[in-house]
Amino acid sequence: MKRMPTSFIVMSLLVMLFLYLPVVILIGLSFNASTMGVAWKGFTFQWYEKLAMDQAILEATVNSVVIALVSTGLALILGVGTAIGLETRQETQRSWVNMILVLPLVIPEILLGVALLMVFVLCQVHLGFGTIIIGHMVFNLPLTIVIVRARLRKLDPAWEDAARDLGATSWDVLTRITLPLLRPAIWGAGLLGFTVSLDDFVVTFFVAGPGSTTLPLKVFSMIRTGMTPEINALSAVMVVVSMLCVGLSWFLQQRSTPASAESSYL
Amino acid sequence: MVGTGGNGLARPSCTMLNNLSDTSSAFPVKLSLVSASLFLGLFFFLPLILVFGVSLASRGLYGGITWIATWENYQRVFDPLVGVIFFRSLFLAGLTTFICAVVGFPLAYCLARASRHWQLILLTLVMIPFWTNFLVRTYAWVLILRADGILNSLLIRLGLLDEPLSLLFTDLSVFVGLVYGYLPFMVLPLVVAIERISPQLEDAAFDLYASMGGMFRHVLLPLSIPGFLAGGVLVFIPSLGAFITPYLLGGGQNMMLGTFIQQEFLVARDWPFGSALSFGLMGTVLLLWFLLGRTSVEKDPS
Repeated sequence: MKRMPTSFIVMSLLVMLFLYLPVVILIGLSFNASTMGVAWKGFTFQWYEKLAMDQAILEATVNSVVIALVSTGLALILGVGTAIGLETRQETQRSWVNMILVLPLVIPEILLGVALLMVFVLCQVHLGFGTIIIGHMVFNLPLTIVIVRARLRKLDPAWEDAARDLGATSWDVLTRITLPLLRPAIWGAGLLGFTVSLDDFVVTFFVAGPGSTTLPLKVFSMIRTGMTPEINALSAVMVVVSMLCVGLSWFLQQRSTPASAESSYL
Repeated sequence: MVGTGGNGLARPSCTMLNNLSDTSSAFPVKLSLVSASLFLGLFFFLPLILVFGVSLASRGLYGGITWIATWENYQRVFDPLVGVIFFRSLFLAGLTTFICAVVGFPLAYCLARASRHWQLILLTLVMIPFWTNFLVRTYAWVLILRADGILNSLLIRLGLLDEPLSLLFTDLSVFVGLVYGYLPFMVLPLVVAIERISPQLEDAAFDLYASMGGMFRHVLLPLSIPGFLAGGVLVFIPSLGAFITPYLLGGGQNMMLGTFIQQEFLVARDWPFGSALSFGLMGTVLLLWFLLGRTSVEKDPS
């Protein structure tokens, strides 16, 4: 089976070009000396220098990282246990649990944003870090559960049975067998959740308050108020950081489930 | 299960029935199961129910909510001006889904039939832009499409154009942005579906003198339908509710449901009407998900 039709290969190359060209252009323009427009006026690092000096961007970056760390950490703490707890349910229950669990990942983000905004405003919750972290956990938690469950299902139950037959308590089995076997999936889920949280704009946009500006919110307001080349540099940095995170997470997941593209597309 | 305590000898039959009963009865597992359910109930399901509740209320004098029950918000959804936005969203989401399927299939086929080594590399390449900041990727299209952007400058330099085309803030630019944003959602389920089709079936078709096109039409496409369905749902739903793409690439005149909802909530401050719109969008999405979405999640024989 080695007759790949040429037209398919050409098509695939074009699609790859379509996926990567905009990102390449963006990174290229971030080194452009021109202050206005896209005409090439020579190579410069000055936008990156300006970026490093910008106090507001620095602050937004710190906010984003803190929010991503906290929401991912909490999602991992709750999600791993939940995934293990859910694995014992019956097959029919399991499919329903799955359907419901992925809903927060499926419904358009804007719905989540407005729904949470209304709850917070009606309950007079102060909008800020707390509400953003809650908002991010609503998608980070199901994300963690889905990824960890995918790994759990592929574990050989014999490992745990063996431990039990040797007299291990449920606590021993959990901490010395199950969790170590899940480690790659936990790392993978954590990195993915961290990236998603770091990149989230829509939910954050609705539940953020004054003083809790995250990096995507900052980028958005920069795009809206005027195009300076500084945005290109900032965008380029964000692209590269996301790529590193995803590459690492992908690598970890591949190591844990070598034969499947399935666990990764949700 | 009974007897999940210490004694390990009496339990082989139990573990046969329910092989994880031990770990799942551990206290931290139960605790996180309960708190995760509470969390999602409180901050996911409750808010969605609230959207429905508010959609039946009236708008207050200064933009608040007055709890007087009314169908008025839903009647306004059928206003022709709202209808235009609704149909533009449906049309753009449908077109995006179709083009993603057409464009994504060849790539998915190459991915599914590549050697393990190449498959891993290509899959990673498809995934990377997908997890790169959506805002930034959409902004890249602003740089390409705007009047003094890359594309116009290039076409003028090549002498193909005398003056720049207005490409940005059109339905076309929104469509390009949507395809760009959600194409990987189509490719990945298609890869999974095609991988499950035995290459021997393709060989069999050729042995029976099928042409390339014939094999494609009668073997490959029909067997890939689960992938098209799963990918279709995963592209259509976020396209229908997209916010960033129509906001940055569509501007004020080319609103979609997402931008319209945002405007009702944050600009017009008409929460009940915004909620009715949201609930309409949510109803459409949930219907699609429960009808077709199952294929994408639960078909996991491996």
